[in-house]
Amino acid sequence: MLHISTLHYMVLSAALFLLGVIGVLTRRNVVIVLMSIELILNAVNLNLVAFSHYWQGMQGPNALHGQVFAIFVITDAAAEAAVGLGILIAFFRNKETVNVDEVNLLKW
Amino acid sequence: MNPPVATPFFFYLLSGTMLIGGILVITRRNAVHSALALIAALLAQAGLYLMLYAPFVAGVQIILYAGGIMVLFLFVIMLVNLERAQKERQFNKQWLVGIAAAGALGGLFITIYTKGKGIFPDRPMPASLEGTNTQDIGKLLYGQYMFAFEIASLLLLVAIIGAVVMAKKRI
Repeated sequence: MLHISTLHYMVLSAALFLLGVIGVLTRRNVVIVLMSIELILNAVNLNLVAFSHYWQGMQGPNALHGQVFAIFVITDAAAEAAVGLGILIAFFRNKETVNVDEVNLLKW
Repeated sequence: MNPPVATPFFFYLLSGTMLIGGILVITRRNAVHSALALIAALLAQAGLYLMLYAPFVAGVQIILYAGGIMVLFLFVIMLVNLERAQKERQFNKQWLVGIAAAGALGGLFITIYTKGKGIFPDRPMPASLEGTNTQDIGKLLYGQYMFAFEIASLLLLVAIIGAVVMAKKRI
């Protein structure tokens, strides 16, 4: 029977990362762009936890550095979501739109 | 020795849920549907964490991501009126370039993973890990990663202030 190795998790993580990149580059709605960024961060987290598991198999059960890093990444994601959505609300109040390509106040 | 929970069937089920959720997130017209698909993907990812013997990270994922951040997203979706945005174009003008760039990145990933496969030996990952996961993570967080932990708390403080300043009508 085929077993699941670290490479399986890495391939899944790469696929999710690509989905997030496509979402960030092609969507117009700011909320969905922010959600795509969450997808990217989750792909990285999956990689980190999979590496942590692999490392535990080599170094013993106390080698949990990847999981600690994943927790830090989740902290960053929370901070990013709060500030990003705050900016979105401020922007919506001023321009009455949520489309990324209509954000051109700083263009000359 | 516990029997392994990491059976291939569950891996493929959960990863299929995650991929379908991700595709729905970037293709749905209604932002609420996108958020719900993202919640499904995040819960499936928590299941994958459990398969990797990381119960604490799985719990944090459910409580903080699916319960905290996604509720914040849903609040903001309800707050900004998106009904007009649903009738407009959903993809911007440079979508072709964006997909081409993502395809180039995918080609890079495929090249790296096919050429560098030997770095990760194709043996099954260790099935059972004795010990207390949460306690060990706590020891690492308050011992070796103390400084990073304090920096993270400072980051959260700055984020709170930033969110309040941004969203307040008149400062």
